[in-house]
Amino acid sequence: MSVTKTTYNDKVVRQFAVMTVIWGIVGMLVGVIIAAQLVWPELNLGFLHFGRLRPLHTNAVIFAFGGCALFATSYWCVQRTCHTRLWGGPLVPFTFWGWQIVILLAAITLPLGITQSKEYAELEWPIDILITLVWVSYALVFFGTIAKRTVSHIYVANWFFGAFIIAVALLHLVNSAAVPVSLTKSYSVYSGVQDAMIQWWYGHNAVGFFLTAGFLGMMYYFVPKQAGRPVYSYRLSVVHFWALIFTYMWAGPHHLHYTALPDWTQSVGMVFSLILLAPSWGGMINGIMTLSGAWHKLRDDPILKFLITSLSFYGMSTFEGPMMAIKTVNALSHYTDWTVGHVHSGALGWVAMVSIGSIYYLLPKLFGKTEMYSTKLVTTHFWIATIGTVLYIASMWIAGVMQGLMWRAVNADGTLAYSFVESVKGSYPFWAIRWLGGVLFLSGMLIMAYNMFKTMAGGKTQDVTVNVPVAHHA
Amino acid sequence: MDINDLRSITTVLGLLCFLGIVAWAYGKGSKKGFDEAANLPFAENDDQDATSKMSHPR
Repeated sequence: MSVTKTTYNDKVVRQFAVMTVIWGIVGMLVGVIIAAQLVWPELNLGFLHFGRLRPLHTNAVIFAFGGCALFATSYWCVQRTCHTRLWGGPLVPFTFWGWQIVILLAAITLPLGITQSKEYAELEWPIDILITLVWVSYALVFFGTIAKRTVSHIYVANWFFGAFIIAVALLHLVNSAAVPVSLTKSYSVYSGVQDAMIQWWYGHNAVGFFLTAGFLGMMYYFVPKQAGRPVYSYRLSVVHFWALIFTYMWAGPHHLHYTALPDWTQSVGMVFSLILLAPSWGGMINGIMTLSGAWHKLRDDPILKFLITSLSFYGMSTFEGPMMAIKTVNALSHYTDWTVGHVHSGALGWVAMVSIGSIYYLLPKLFGKTEMYSTKLVTTHFWIATIGTVLYIASMWIAGVMQGLMWRAVNADGTLAYSFVESVKGSYPFWAIRWLGGVLFLSGMLIMAYNMFKTMAGGKTQDVTVNVPVAHHA
Repeated sequence: MDINDLRSITTVLGLLCFLGIVAWAYGKGSKKGFDEAANLPFAENDDQDATSKMSHPR
């Protein structure tokens, strides 16, 4: 054991944690705006119309809000469970500033219509190259830190974070392959049905590894920490990890049911989506049961409320997902608002709530406080966010099933019973409820920002000494 | 042997590999290491008051 005392690199965690809240507000605000544009079409002003702002919303919430949350929590977790300072020197600040520049470039180019037109991979090739540089640096920092750990075990959360980093690198490199023709325009190297399959191999694994594996890493660290007890079953967590890794990559074709994709490929996608229910629920049960014997803590700890509720939504959306991947169900649900509701059940209920809970855990520790400025406001945030999420997904269920039924309804002579615009008209009230749900969720984030700045005020940002546990010394 | 045989073999090997992982994870030998690993997040200075070694029944 070295005698010189090193400190943890909490500066980069601090930066990413604060930006999580800021980008959360920006991304969700754009979401609220485009939800309003569907209810009040006159809000589509000039080039700031739904078509331009929708990718801005998805990129901002997934990669800016979710991405910053993942950077912050993974950097914290890998240092605390490897008992060593982040490796990488200047690479560490580069991941922060590089990622912020990617986000700024997205915010400029997407409203201008500069896009590769691939869902969740819209950014043009120069930005893609910057993403690659940042991501490789992230991988070097993360795995470099694991390599110089002072304990023998690699904690399970780091396995999930590591899988997320590797898989996203693979997905990004393959799906973004393109031939540039100018600084702002490129053409994908794939075409036709191969292009579609690669896009949804990317798209679904972005859900599986960016929006699931990474956030499961959060769950495996922050739920035990906040509950004050180790994870329910470490064995189950190992099986959970490998089951997820072995299955997720195959589920993408369920985005392409009843398309030109070969039928057997669609069936493979459907079957693997159904199998995914097992590891997903195994993980959820493992997270929730960590509270076993300490359920009372849920009563007055709003951070734990966020974390455990996020797992409930994870369970809900990972049940709904496999169900929607069944071809006959998909025939009803595909292209309707049911899909939008399903995504937000995962995005608001699971991803955002587990991030919010984890960031609430981190903020006081990062700014030298024992707790958040106001625990009451955290509770308020929890209830507003929960009600907002429920309003959002319930309204989208109703609108989605209604749209699916109207589109497939035929008269006795085989003609369509409804024109498309009739389903649009019928959707209005539910779009208004969805907008209200979004407003509530955004309000929660504003409360969080106020609470965060109050917590930061007058806080000291002292560096914490790395603690090398003697018992675990490798 | 054509490429589809190789594909089938890969799939079967993948499944066997996974079953091997399950057997290892639930085997007797890994219990102690897993308990140590599960307690890694609690070896911090801020956890001095928390129970140093905790374990769920399974």
